Amino acid sequence: MISLKNAGFSYGSRAILENVTQELAAGSFHFLTGPSGAGKTTLLKMCYLSLMPDSGKLEIFGQDVTALSREQITQMRRRVGVVHQDCQFLNHLTVRQNIALPLLVAGKNIEDNMDNLEDLLSWVEMDHRADAFPEEISGGERQRLALARAVIMDPDMIVADEPTGNVDWEMGQRLLSLLVELNKMGKTILLATHDLNLIRSIKGQVPASVLRLKDGQLNLAGARL
Amino acid sequence: MSFNPLEYLFGDKASDQVVPPRGGAAWLTGFASAAMAFIAVFALTLSLAVERLADYWALDLARSATVRIVAQEADLAAQTEATLQVLRTTPGVKSAEIIDKAAQLELLEPWLGSSLPADTLPVPQLIDVRLGEPGPDVQSLQLRLSAEAPGAVYNDHSYWRAPVLEASNRLRLMVMISLVLTAVVTVIIVVLSAHNALASNQGIIRTLRLLGAGDSYIARAFVRRITLRATMGAVLGMVLAMIVVLTFPSQPEDGGLLAGLSLSGADFIYPLLVPLLVAISAFAASRLAARYHLHSVT
Repeated sequence: MISLKNAGFSYGSRAILENVTQELAAGSFHFLTGPSGAGKTTLLKMCYLSLMPDSGKLEIFGQDVTALSREQITQMRRRVGVVHQDCQFLNHLTVRQNIALPLLVAGKNIEDNMDNLEDLLSWVEMDHRADAFPEEISGGERQRLALARAVIMDPDMIVADEPTGNVDWEMGQRLLSLLVELNKMGKTILLATHDLNLIRSIKGQVPASVLRLKDGQLNLAGARL
Repeated sequence: MSFNPLEYLFGDKASDQVVPPRGGAAWLTGFASAAMAFIAVFALTLSLAVERLADYWALDLARSATVRIVAQEADLAAQTEATLQVLRTTPGVKSAEIIDKAAQLELLEPWLGSSLPADTLPVPQLIDVRLGEPGPDVQSLQLRLSAEAPGAVYNDHSYWRAPVLEASNRLRLMVMISLVLTAVVTVIIVVLSAHNALASNQGIIRTLRLLGAGDSYIARAFVRRITLRATMGAVLGMVLAMIVVLTFPSQPEDGGLLAGLSLSGADFIYPLLVPLLVAISAFAASRLAARYHLHSVT
């Protein structure tokens, strides 16, 4: 699914990632941890094709991303669902319209996907807020909206950057259970978090590994959960 | 695959949703286009008026001339008769008519007032000459006049017609430059407006890219919105300008430039072209701006 071989990335002269080598298999679940500034977000951005490695090689879905054209990158992004801590929405569109946005940009007919859309709203328990605007909903609802939007295109992989950072423990658990459900459906999950309790809470639900980023290096943190 | 601007603009109306309906400078494009279209229609109307005025000076007056006869009172009638005889037998002269004294005094009235001593004022005899196409051989006509009526002086108005023609040509050039400048300013405003719209919606652009929207999709959404706003503004400006032009107080035929400030017949096509040209300019300018902007932002 994702293959990093000696991948590196620098902001100017400051190296953020150095010689990162890691394989993420299809259908696997990974937590990405590490101190602030370790490069978690940079690594995630590379995984959802917002950044390209400066050195080394990054293959996603078996394709070398540095060799892709802009159009191919656009197509590949549709196979990766992204959830941020501070997800951006189009504030002039309703919750339902925001979830349908990936369909819209992919040129798909929303009417044809209405059942799927309603199922997703129900799955993230947002059906009662479907006609609200993003500025009218709570932090937890925003994260669930982001998750629903990330999966409407049925992506192969979900990349989540501190999705529980702005929500309480209970809401964090609800979000995690949704991600576990997605993983059970075969989606690859890469979740960056510094919340060790969140990582521990997955034990027994799905097999997961913890990857730790420190000093630009990525290591398997030991325990497989 | 060939590029179809109409397909580009109207092929995917759903993409319109991704651009916020209101923005800080949303009104700017429409207002600026309306103002530019308003000015352009006026400039066009003025251009048409200048065109008509230039035609008048170039053609109508070129087909007329005046013969002035200065002679002793006793000799005046004979020389007038001889002049008329020469003129009426000259090829290229359509007609030659005496301008009577009352008409002459009327012509002098703006300068000398209405209480002129008509009986004692020594005014020369004037003959109004209408010329055909082609006109007469002026040199041989002057030779014959000097032989038959020594007091007759033929004047084809060229002395004072030339600077007026030059001035009208210059005015026409100025109006054309104004039209070009108006178009250039419109394009600049649209480009700035497109950059502004894209810059103020960076968050939306980032989000759309993350969701798998390509640059062409994002550009199309913004170009469509900007082009429609500019076109609607231009239509409004054109309509307002047309109302002003059509309700312009009517002037007498000899009202010069003011008499020409009107539209008739095929003239109406030109103002109607203004919104079309604004739409084409806005489309091209905003598309270029959007492509440049999106390529420069990773």
